[in-house]
Amino acid sequence: MDTRQLAKRIRIDTLKMTSMGSTAHIGSIFSMADLMAVLYGKIMNVDPKQPQKPDRDRFILSKGHAGGGLYAVLAELGFFPLEKLNTHYRDGSDLSGHVTHKGNPGIEFSTGSLGHGLSVAVGMAYAAKKTGGTHKVYCLLSDGECDEGSVWEAILFAAHHQLDNLVAVIDYNKIQSLDFVRTTLALEPFADKWSSFGWAAREVDGHDHCAIEQSLRDVPLVGAGKPSCIIAHTIKGKGVSFMENTVLWHYRTAKGEEFDAALKELEDNA
Amino acid sequence: MRDVFIKTLLEMAKEDPSIILVTGDLGFGVFNEFRKVLPNQFLNAGVAEQNMTGLATGMALEGFKVFTYSIANFPILRCLEQVRNDACYHQANVNIVAIGGGFSYGSLGFSHHATEDIAIMRSLPEISVFAPGDLWETQEITRLLPGIKGTCYFRLDKSDAGWTNRDGEKLEIGKAREVRTGQDFTLISTGGILGDVLRAAERLSSEKINCRVLSVHTLKPLDRAAMTRAARETGGILTIEEHTISGGLGGAVAEICLEEGALPRRFYRMGLRDAFSTIVGSQEYLRTQYQMDVTAIVAKTLELSGS
Repeated sequence: MDTRQLAKRIRIDTLKMTSMGSTAHIGSIFSMADLMAVLYGKIMNVDPKQPQKPDRDRFILSKGHAGGGLYAVLAELGFFPLEKLNTHYRDGSDLSGHVTHKGNPGIEFSTGSLGHGLSVAVGMAYAAKKTGGTHKVYCLLSDGECDEGSVWEAILFAAHHQLDNLVAVIDYNKIQSLDFVRTTLALEPFADKWSSFGWAAREVDGHDHCAIEQSLRDVPLVGAGKPSCIIAHTIKGKGVSFMENTVLWHYRTAKGEEFDAALKELEDNA
Repeated sequence: MRDVFIKTLLEMAKEDPSIILVTGDLGFGVFNEFRKVLPNQFLNAGVAEQNMTGLATGMALEGFKVFTYSIANFPILRCLEQVRNDACYHQANVNIVAIGGGFSYGSLGFSHHATEDIAIMRSLPEISVFAPGDLWETQEITRLLPGIKGTCYFRLDKSDAGWTNRDGEKLEIGKAREVRTGQDFTLISTGGILGDVLRAAERLSSEKINCRVLSVHTLKPLDRAAMTRAARETGGILTIEEHTISGGLGGAVAEICLEEGALPRRFYRMGLRDAFSTIVGSQEYLRTQYQMDVTAIVAKTLELSGS
């Protein structure tokens, strides 16, 4: 699968979806679009015809505010009709702003409040170890989410129990809700924190599809016995020049001329 | 109750390898036998209740029947959002066991008194809420928990009313047990305070007041029929709970009676009245201090029944 094209489709789909609502989190979706495209396009064993098949890889979007990005990639892959995306944020829709599994095949777990997903992924990975499952469990987190203490509880547990079937991917776009990460609660030295907690951590360019794919294929990153953390350096709002690396586009919704300009940039981009 | 619970769970877990017991680093000495016999079905998640509840949910979604265990408020209030968003919303087979209902850990102070847990847990969707009154109810509910759809909260208590079951009795989820028959007045309780309630009913019988005693082991779903019958058939209702009266058993009974148009002639909720239990002491001592002991139950019933 052409993951660059898939990432482009995710961005265009979600620009349209989020333009219908408010507090849209478009910047957070665009920063992870390439990660999602590589995970779903190249790495994970998932099948839209059998969304519950037992040996599928599990994926939890812990940064649930970017739910539009997960809905879009699942629709692009055929888990549900693309037209359903038009209902996002609308009255009576299954597609809530924050990700929900109810009514949506392919979604393992509903999130929205930060700091929940990694513990559940840990439980799924621990269960797979108990039952001899050979699949992997992927959890995509935001950087701001790592302010939550529950994330660090899960990090401790995963290392202690040597869950090398667990992969945390961090969408490290350096901006959280109100401000930059470094001026809110600094995370650096971020990779060292994960390493010192017993994880194998690697930093990659979160928009370089080859680098993302290679690091995910290298999992477990140091051989058996450690959970893997891929810290993906990303740009908030990646793909639309006026959205990139701005706090404003965490919440802002593209309407009117802004919408037209954003769509043109995304469509012109090869 | 705790020992009956763990003994029953061990019997069940021997037969069903999908049963997993996860503790939040509490239960010193309690799990020795379980750990020795079934080490692969026991997990100490550490002092990390949020992660414990999230990982229990993850395991439950993979087909395990998970029991989480801790003291009083820790497995529910510390991680309330994990209980709500993770376990309940996903209808996960997570059975939250809290030892230390009410004043069980009376000497340890207010942090260890579970006095709002029933109100908070029963407000959540997709959860069943249990507080057994005796050892038989404890055993029977333990056996039923893994088969109940969705998440369960199981509130255990240091006190209990012994074994009050009749020969051949079968426990039904959502049905209050009529532990004592009577027509003059109804005493409705939840949890181990049932023992005191039965003692109070004995004393009242010598005052020629014959009390019906209902043990509400299932707070959610609550037995509507038994509550309305009590309102219609007897001289009044006194609810007794080692818990706040805000949103607990008494409030739930009142809601049902009003909705059913079955107004009890007299009604009173005995429990903590919007207060922290700031003094410490044994469970028995604190019941006396907060006016929910045998003497208080007898006096309030006499007052309400106009005797």
